[in-house]
Amino acid sequence: MLVVGGGPAGLAAAATAAEHGVHVGVIDDNPNLGGQIWRAETGAINPEAQSWIARLHAARVEILCGTRVFDQPAPKLFHAETQDGLVELGYQKLVLATGARERFLPFPGWTIPNVMGAGALQALVKSGFAIEGKRVVVAGTGPLLLAVAAYLRKHGAEIAMICEQASLFSLAKFGFSLLWHGNKLAQAWSLRKELSGVPFAASSWPVSAEGKNILNAVVISRGQKFEKIECDFLACGFHLVPNTELAALLGCLLREGFVEVDNNQQTSVPEIFCAGEPTGIGGVELSVIEGQIAGHAAAKRDELATDLMRTRRKLLKFAAVLERTFELRAELRELALEETIICRCEDVTYGQLKLETSWRAAKLQTRCGMGPCQGRVCGPQTEFLFGWSPDSVRPPIFPARVESLGASVSEPDGA
Amino acid sequence: MPEQVTLTVNGKPVVVPSGATVAAAMATAGAYCRDSVSGERRTILCAMGICFECRVEIEGKPHQRACQILCSPGMRVNTQPRIETGAESSR
Repeated sequence: MLVVGGGPAGLAAAATAAEHGVHVGVIDDNPNLGGQIWRAETGAINPEAQSWIARLHAARVEILCGTRVFDQPAPKLFHAETQDGLVELGYQKLVLATGARERFLPFPGWTIPNVMGAGALQALVKSGFAIEGKRVVVAGTGPLLLAVAAYLRKHGAEIAMICEQASLFSLAKFGFSLLWHGNKLAQAWSLRKELSGVPFAASSWPVSAEGKNILNAVVISRGQKFEKIECDFLACGFHLVPNTELAALLGCLLREGFVEVDNNQQTSVPEIFCAGEPTGIGGVELSVIEGQIAGHAAAKRDELATDLMRTRRKLLKFAAVLERTFELRAELRELALEETIICRCEDVTYGQLKLETSWRAAKLQTRCGMGPCQGRVCGPQTEFLFGWSPDSVRPPIFPARVESLGASVSEPDGA
Repeated sequence: MPEQVTLTVNGKPVVVPSGATVAAAMATAGAYCRDSVSGERRTILCAMGICFECRVEIEGKPHQRACQILCSPGMRVNTQPRIETGAESSR
């Protein structure tokens, strides 16, 4: 069994299946296991990831980090690339645990250096960047904003403002719903304490970022007024979008942008399972539960997953609440100007794109979505701005070297 | 304190904790990662290997994602200049 993605869902699936005696391999694009939410700080080990990683080692799971799948040239055979070149990976069963990425929305200045994702700035600090003494505006939407702000503050950043686009009314309803999820309520309460004294604005969002070659200020909309805030970083993410490119390449059915799965986390393609954020944005606890269910099912021990399925039902309700609370407001569609860049790989502007009629037309006419990120950043934007959706996913799903693309396909050995 | 690693960014030495990514080194050096196809300065956006905005030159090799590669002692990293591609010139 091959697991793609070494975050919470992938680690849980790998450990669970391997402990049933399945021969398991895990691959991940990142240099270390843990995924985004369990990203370790340099020189430290994330304690939650560590217990799962210990189980992987105990069950002799093979681990390949720094490895990304770019094609399936033959059934049950992946071509992947590392720093050193091509790797061939055969499998009989597959678990897709490819996680989610942040949604970025365009506004004037959003391409200026030091405007980055909210989770991105946290990841950068965990990866060795000292944020101490820097002034940061945290903006966008979703529960991640508070967690990021608290983390950055703990590491010495000055949080100038947290801007959440959702209304206070939505947030109050969300807070109320946490009463049914005791541990989430406790998390929210501890974040509130960690962020005491930090200005927080609901119904607030960035309208422009300023600076010549580097960010120096952000203008936010807040209560019908604009406010300019000087800062060194704008950490800005509009909740999450699932990474479904590999699932789509393999022919797994998607519904409303998410990978469709059955009770056992199996996709529409037999022996391909999917767990975690690609099946719906539900957070780390749900990802771990789904990963375990997939692991049991892949080992044909799904009778052991009954309790997990009950917990999953409860957490899925929470996921639905998340989606409603942090739904994007229409005003966010009006921020980009004619000259605002939408596709950052090919530098295609809003003015160019608004003349197009579909994602496909935009690709052909403007090269939007044709650069190295393959539309991973601009795709969700054009979906929100123009209602476009990509009509197909074709290999390579990640940029690969010419020699890797030209490699011959060997017979799958099913190992 | 974690151990430290010294590398060079655009010819100047930078010290980061061992285990740090090249992206963290670029940010520490105050350097941006690449010039875009229209000549804008760009740097880290997603920090998780998705967006390809942090592409840098490492040991002369272009298109390396700074956020997915760990620093090693003496590593030479440069801001990636604007690269003329076939696609670009055919526009």
